[in-house]
Amino acid sequence: MTGQMPRPPDPVRMTGEVTADPGRLTGAAASRWRRAPGTVEPFLAESRLNVAGVVIVALVLLLAVFGPAIAPQNPDQINLFAVLQPPSVHHWFGTDNLGRDLFSRVLVGTRISVEVAVIILSLSVLFGTALGIVSGLAGGLADEIVMRVTDLFLAFPGFILAAAIAATLGPSLQHTVLALAVVFWPWYTRLIRGQVLSLREREFILAARVARAGTIWIATRHVARNVLSILVVQVSLDVGYAILATSSLSFLGLGAQPPSPEWGAIIAEGRGYIQTAWWWSTFAGIALALTVLGFNLLGDGLRDWIDPRLRGSIGGLQE
Amino acid sequence: MGMLIARRLAFMVFVLWGITLVTFFLSRVVPGDPARLLAGPQASPAEVAHLARFYGLDDPLIVQYAHYLRNLLHGDLGFSFVTRRNVRTDIATFLPATIELAGYALVVGFVLAIVTGTVAAYRQGTSADAAGRLSAIAGLSLPVFWMALLLQLLFHTELGWLPLGGRLDPSVTPPPHITGLLTVDSLLTGNFATFINAVEHLVLPVVVLAAGVYGLMVRIMRTSVLDSLGEEYVRTAEAKGLSRWRVLRRHVLRNAMLPAVTVLGLEFGLLAAGVFVVESVFQWPGLGNYAFQAIQANDYNATMGATLVIAVLYVVINLIVDIVYLYLDPRIRYA
Repeated sequence: MTGQMPRPPDPVRMTGEVTADPGRLTGAAASRWRRAPGTVEPFLAESRLNVAGVVIVALVLLLAVFGPAIAPQNPDQINLFAVLQPPSVHHWFGTDNLGRDLFSRVLVGTRISVEVAVIILSLSVLFGTALGIVSGLAGGLADEIVMRVTDLFLAFPGFILAAAIAATLGPSLQHTVLALAVVFWPWYTRLIRGQVLSLREREFILAARVARAGTIWIATRHVARNVLSILVVQVSLDVGYAILATSSLSFLGLGAQPPSPEWGAIIAEGRGYIQTAWWWSTFAGIALALTVLGFNLLGDGLRDWIDPRLRGSIGGLQE
Repeated sequence: MGMLIARRLAFMVFVLWGITLVTFFLSRVVPGDPARLLAGPQASPAEVAHLARFYGLDDPLIVQYAHYLRNLLHGDLGFSFVTRRNVRTDIATFLPATIELAGYALVVGFVLAIVTGTVAAYRQGTSADAAGRLSAIAGLSLPVFWMALLLQLLFHTELGWLPLGGRLDPSVTPPPHITGLLTVDSLLTGNFATFINAVEHLVLPVVVLAAGVYGLMVRIMRTSVLDSLGEEYVRTAEAKGLSRWRVLRRHVLRNAMLPAVTVLGLEFGLLAAGVFVVESVFQWPGLGNYAFQAIQANDYNATMGATLVIAVLYVVINLIVDIVYLYLDPRIRYA
């Protein structure tokens, strides 16, 4: 064997990108970004997996909006003359033990999952980001307290905490949403605070301070705009996890309760029939897996596209 | 460095105290009467009141919390209202099962991820790379509980190759308790039939748990192998005419493992969540299942005990990871 080794085609991109001034993009990444604003083409061209992610997410969002309208039957319609029917032309995904059409239930479940993810992330992003910005800008004792509290939350396996909170509040979808928001926010606070700390010393913030701009003005006018892109990446990565965690809790009986067509709840109901009616849990699971996969592909693609080495300076600074 | 470790230890104490605080007050706001649970449905109100007084359940919360902390410092986690045993005994019974399950999942996921991540890095930009990325994202996307059900359907119901759940067949006598890990204990006592049986029970839950470990790890291995490949010392090693395998093993992987170590903490969080779900589906008599049942039954002491143990493990593992990292990377040590 010779010492010849296939080298990565572009080792420089992986290792040499971090420049003395991390605020400025150089080389390939910069030109890529300059091409980028307003268009998704370069992102799609990067990898076929990115295309897959975008397509799946678009489809899921469409179904979330129009699913209930196009569902062939009422998802809660009981039909005791058609119980446990295998998939057929009339019932694409079969029926459950009450004769409910599983295709309609899975379709309607799309909206529930998307809604839940949107609410969880809105709550945690709003709270987490606000706290992160305040903590980073204020510094001192306030910063110290906020950081120790986030440490406390992060030192704890999130899912268990969410399960405990959901169980404490009583099993329901609303409580699951609340529990997961409680688990998610510290990550955003940490992320944003880190960004703010590096932004704080930059000239345009210092200039704003010299110009006697108030903290709130600086926070909303200068800081929030600059942390937006990194926030978008993180949120797209977290959507899949939020959907998955909600379904897991529902599956365990700590989330959505029957007769809700939430996917985790459908899978849990079908669990006892898995040996005789495989379709019951299977299709809801496929919908769940594909949805999470789509969001993860999108998030992962975005993260790769916006090189992780350049976090904190994505797209250059907007002053 | 000693200073750093001391600071981390102090922080650990703070975190553990915080966790007792959060779980204690969280578990006490639940509507529900543990004294009633303990006394049983037929008990008279007087009996319930007596029990409540006996266990201090009618004291103010702050007094109860002080009691709890005092007992905790003596290593007493209290009494489970459901299993009617000491929580510490319960945890000692259930923890080894979880360690065995999670341990194998960690090893399997890690090894597969190292292989995939390395191949993906060497073949950067090819379809092998894309396949590796897809498999990693799939590992993190597939719902654990759903995968578990499908695997049970396929390998138990359809093919009949593997058991449905549990740690051993009911007909198999467990090996004498040495470590509590059935695969280890059965080998130590030379009981191969039991060993095989235990392994058969481990396969499905381990596969399901390992998927997440794998998914998280592949990307880190890939990036970190790519980093190593771009380093001067790898070029030097190649220039010396070392074989590709030797360069990979001695120079690339050895350095690429460093970032992988730091993710162990994250992996633990993932495993903790996975164990919770997987143990419930596979009827695995471990800590996750115990915690889940305790949460459902509103069993304060068991819930708090299980969460505390998980949190302690989490914090300790992260501390060890940090210390290991300090040793592995002198740049941090002397910085």
